[in-house]
Amino acid sequence: MTFFFEVLISGLLVGVMYSLVAMGFALIYKASGVFNFAQGDMSLLAGLALVGFLTVMPLWLALLCTFAVMTILAYGTVFIIFRPLVARPPLILFMAAIGLSFLIQGIGQAIWGTDAKGLNIGIPEISFEISGIYLNTFDLTFGGVATALVAGLVWFFQKTRTGRALRAVADDHEAALSVGIPLLRAWAVTWVIAGIVATVAGVAWGSRLGVQFSLSLIALKALPVLILGGIDSILGAILAGLLIGASENLAEVFIGPYVGGGIQTFFPYLVALIVLWFKPYGMFGKEIIERV
Amino acid sequence: MGRKLIFGFFAIVLAVSFVFISGQAMAAEKKKAGPTQFFGILIYRTGPFAAGGSGIGSGWEDFMELRNMQGGVNGIKYSWEECETAYNTARGVECYERLKDKMVLVHPLSTGITYALIPRGTKEHKVVVSSGYGRADASDGCVFPWVFTTPTNYWSQNSAKIKFIGKQMGGMDKLKGLKIANLYIDIPYGQETKPMLDALGKKFGFTVRHFPVPWPGIDQKAQWLDIVRRYKADWVINRNWGVSCTVPLKEAARLGFPGNRILGVWWCGSEEDVLPAGPAAKGYYTANWHGVGRNFPLIQEIIDKVYGKMKGHISFTRVGTVYWNRGVYTAVINEEAMRTAHKKFGVKVLTGDEMRWGMENLNITAERIKEIGLEGFMAPIKTSCENHEGGKTVLFQQWDGNKWVKVDEIAPMTDFVWKRIKASAAKYAKEKGITPRDCSKVD
Repeated sequence: MTFFFEVLISGLLVGVMYSLVAMGFALIYKASGVFNFAQGDMSLLAGLALVGFLTVMPLWLALLCTFAVMTILAYGTVFIIFRPLVARPPLILFMAAIGLSFLIQGIGQAIWGTDAKGLNIGIPEISFEISGIYLNTFDLTFGGVATALVAGLVWFFQKTRTGRALRAVADDHEAALSVGIPLLRAWAVTWVIAGIVATVAGVAWGSRLGVQFSLSLIALKALPVLILGGIDSILGAILAGLLIGASENLAEVFIGPYVGGGIQTFFPYLVALIVLWFKPYGMFGKEIIERV
Repeated sequence: MGRKLIFGFFAIVLAVSFVFISGQAMAAEKKKAGPTQFFGILIYRTGPFAAGGSGIGSGWEDFMELRNMQGGVNGIKYSWEECETAYNTARGVECYERLKDKMVLVHPLSTGITYALIPRGTKEHKVVVSSGYGRADASDGCVFPWVFTTPTNYWSQNSAKIKFIGKQMGGMDKLKGLKIANLYIDIPYGQETKPMLDALGKKFGFTVRHFPVPWPGIDQKAQWLDIVRRYKADWVINRNWGVSCTVPLKEAARLGFPGNRILGVWWCGSEEDVLPAGPAAKGYYTANWHGVGRNFPLIQEIIDKVYGKMKGHISFTRVGTVYWNRGVYTAVINEEAMRTAHKKFGVKVLTGDEMRWGMENLNITAERIKEIGLEGFMAPIKTSCENHEGGKTVLFQQWDGNKWVKVDEIAPMTDFVWKRIKASAAKYAKEKGITPRDCSKVD
């Protein structure tokens, strides 16, 4: 039984890391209707920038500079790439996001090269045992960071003027415009927030895997989370991340040996598909009812 | 309207003239340079595995650059062209198709691409060299005349690995009852060694359990919990690729599994695999087939003459790293095959058949290795009609926290491995309707 709980807790902790990536997707989709294919690449860019800055400045300054890079990227993306595409079909926006993904990878490679880089921001990686269950300070730290980030985002969207404006834009672009909310500025703010979330995800995953181009693949882990939680729900991203992390770990350890193993990649999709059967917009996705 | 037409006309004339003149200039330059032996380089400088591809490709190109500065191989200079595969099999095949008319030898630099190119290369008389990757049974030249695994293959490597583990445990008899976990990335490359490890387990009495890691392998918590807490492995074989090589080192450290009980495949033994893991990588062992570092006369020559003239193909910091050195090794094998073929067919630009003969008659002795400037870097190689592997040892290295240190050199269990290579190749021949060559009748 102890082993079961160890696998479960380990899955929940890795699920938090998936949620960090999924939140970025949900934020942008909610505000602008863009399925941001480049979210994983944004985390990669943040990781690359941070490693680069860390070679010449202290951590706090390097983090600030990284946020600055992500802000420039956000404004550049909205005003250069998406501005001419306002009111275009979602597929066009998606294609633009794919283009953005390759652009970020190319820029990253041109500036920082292709070799893998270690990232150590000083979070201790000490393992300890409680009632026979191994835990690690690094995983727990990022669990705490993710929780704080979600709480901060919820507060921002519920309590601040800008947050309410962003929710208005997300609900109805035209209605928001009619009451004087600047659409492009709202989008830019959303991309900046998504950039900050991407930075946190980039730091978390970069510290685990090293900052290398494979980091962009973390986006793959976010997809079942988005399907399950609802593509436009931040709360859904968090809960679905936990569910996916736990279920894939448990499935790999307890079902895997009977079917040859290696099922942790497709199992989350299976869970997500079953949920879609009953909840077509995901657990917390907004149901879209259109007059036909 | 008329003015626009005239401007348009002049612009077209100008563009056509430019293309025509520059084309002629390039052709004249080419003629002046003389005939060259062309190599198509199926490289991956982009994508998740870029660290490996860029290192190997650049080491290879740096060597050719040096040789061209020295006048070429017996006067025949190299020319080459890169084609980006991004480690994607479909793109690799496309690159081969694009370059096949110019090249006679190809290094696919990917097991998936190798599988795809074996029938093509065989049909179109292009030598396919899969050094330390691809199909292990392709070492049998009777069935695979156009494929070379020189200097060694995965099965030989794994038999040497088991000998290495035995040595670490205090003797081969100590393998009995041991639990070995084979942690592999779940793609054909990862699956290649499962039968060999099973057979070795039966022979020596150890238990081996295979733990698949789904691509891309960025999260392996479940596998590691199973390996350490439930299976309670004594040794772990790390058979991953790219980022999935690094993850095990971190996960093992978290669970208190010692780094010096993890033994990696030679594709998990580069600086790029261990540096991101930080202190967790200390003590980790991997296989290899060539030396590491810059302390070899040939590499010093490349540094002086190629990088000294700013003609290097990669950041100078990567010169002497595992993947860059592997690129130099690749280039040396190609060149020795060319020199061997020149002796038989005369000094000229070689055809595919001639290059294949060169590869099949390699005899790189210890004296020749010293002459090349790579003493201590590589072991002697001797290929034949039947033996397309040619190497005799597998190196082992350990990460000391800062650099790779060579710790051992072990001969594979040749008889044990070759019995299985012959059986597997015979099965392949039967499936494909290939009549194996009779090597006693081959020149």
